[in-house]
Amino acid sequence: MKINAGRVTSRVWMGAVFLFLYLPIFTLVVLSFNGSPMVTSWGGWSLRWYQELARDTEIINGFSLSLEIAFLTACSSVILGTLAALALHRFKRFPGRTLFAGMVNSPLVMPEVIIGLSLLLMLVSVQRMFGFPERGLGTIWLGHTLLGMAYATVVVQSRLQELSPQMEEAAQDLGCRPLQVFFLVTLPLISQAIGSAWLLTFTLSLDDVVLSAFLSGPGSTTMPITIFSRARLGLSPSVNTVATLTVAVVSMGVLAASILISRAERRRAAEMAAAYRAS
Amino acid sequence: MISIAIKKWSFYDRITGPWGRSAVIGVPMVFLLLVFLFPFLVVFKISLSEMDTVFFKDILTWADGVVDLRLKVGNYLSLAEDSLYIQTYLSSVKFAAITTAICLLMAYPFAYFMARSPADKRPALLMLVMLPFWTSFLLRVYAWKMLLADSGVFNNLALAMGLISEPVKMMNTPFSLVLGMVYTYVPFMILPLYANLAKMDLRLLEAALDLGATPWQAFWRITVPLSKSGIIAGSMLVFIPCVGEFVIPELLGGPQTLMIGRVLWDEFFSNNDWPMAATVAVVMVLLIIVPLALFNKYQAESNSGGRA
Repeated sequence: MKINAGRVTSRVWMGAVFLFLYLPIFTLVVLSFNGSPMVTSWGGWSLRWYQELARDTEIINGFSLSLEIAFLTACSSVILGTLAALALHRFKRFPGRTLFAGMVNSPLVMPEVIIGLSLLLMLVSVQRMFGFPERGLGTIWLGHTLLGMAYATVVVQSRLQELSPQMEEAAQDLGCRPLQVFFLVTLPLISQAIGSAWLLTFTLSLDDVVLSAFLSGPGSTTMPITIFSRARLGLSPSVNTVATLTVAVVSMGVLAASILISRAERRRAAEMAAAYRAS
Repeated sequence: MISIAIKKWSFYDRITGPWGRSAVIGVPMVFLLLVFLFPFLVVFKISLSEMDTVFFKDILTWADGVVDLRLKVGNYLSLAEDSLYIQTYLSSVKFAAITTAICLLMAYPFAYFMARSPADKRPALLMLVMLPFWTSFLLRVYAWKMLLADSGVFNNLALAMGLISEPVKMMNTPFSLVLGMVYTYVPFMILPLYANLAKMDLRLLEAALDLGATPWQAFWRITVPLSKSGIIAGSMLVFIPCVGEFVIPELLGGPQTLMIGRVLWDEFFSNNDWPMAATVAVVMVLLIIVPLALFNKYQAESNSGGRA
């Protein structure tokens, strides 16, 4: 009896939280097919808002800029994040380690208005002294990289903690030079974590409003800035279509990734089994 | 223990080499110093400077061989004298604290049930919690606007079913603000709690039950104390960003809910008073510095402890 009651509570609680998490997303998707000009009153299924979106040059231009920034951000964040994770994981003692760890972790929680304002004021001061950089794609990229690097570090670091140093030790005993150990052993072992860090920082950058708003210049309006300024004024059906397309792309991406991961895991298990049989 | 640590350390030193070691540490270190720490110093400097017509003045000038240092503490004074600023700081902390409490109440049982569910189902559940992260945060907050508006989905449905006779005002209230913040930040509470509860040694609970504790006692005296670090991490991950949140109050909070992130934004973008915006930022940093230190301490512990 008691176990059953516990199981029911657990099911109900988890179901309620999941409903809370997914109800808004579901609403966005359904209402993007709404035929009525009023966003929230149902007027039958229709694709009219998608046709409007195809003509919406502001969103389309913003989207291509956002994609560009997100791609650059993901690459730079993953490189810096992997280095930072290696530094924190491998070197338990070096001058300034506490400061280093603090600076890596703080952007995870620091309110974005503070990061955005301070970066902007720094850039403006530098610009006044040296005449560059102009605000635009480059400065947004810099801000997003600071944020993305923090997330990438956490993801890669937790993978590094799972690794045993034996494989790297073995490679070294077998005559690998330091860079060979890294590229032939360590990097393949953490490649999956690097991949998910890349995707995470990509979506993070694609979504960011606050840093972009502080760091953008004339002519560099990203898609989230456009969406935010429309959402501020009221409800706008074009936002729903963008949301639905995002959800579609993300679910396909997640599905593809999980298929690839499970296939890779099966292959690895088979290889391990074969190796044991051979020995 | 110590000898093991030293052995590991020297091993990595060997495979990386001295040159590699300074590159691995140096590159991200220099980047963070330039892009994270240095900007804070600039903000602090500007918070002490005066506004010229369109630009802030330098606090340190050098003319005719005389160094002239001008510090203006007026920004801080006007912040301390204006009760609206103080009220706004207090109400930001209040809303962040309420949000954190609700997130904890919601996420703790959830993470607990998730950690105790069959091992083969856990990855899928974890995936379902993570998935909203991958869809735009901005769009999900906007979705609540559609649900809660006076002519929104909830009101329309309730009117159609005859539950209410006129629309209930939910948007632009403290309710919609807290709801939006709980919604956005609850996964940040679930994940560290789950990570903590999933690796708990269940034999401790068995021992407690064998020694005569009721399940309820075992929960409060063993599970909860052992998950303290998860509770702290999750609470800080929710509380700190909520204090300075801008997008959610702007979209869901309405004009009368006071949040300091919006004040900073308005000082900067509407009033163009950069020194005042910098002052607001410096005081906000002071407000979150203790939680931030707590968070960093936990992060350092969870990364060095755990396995080693």
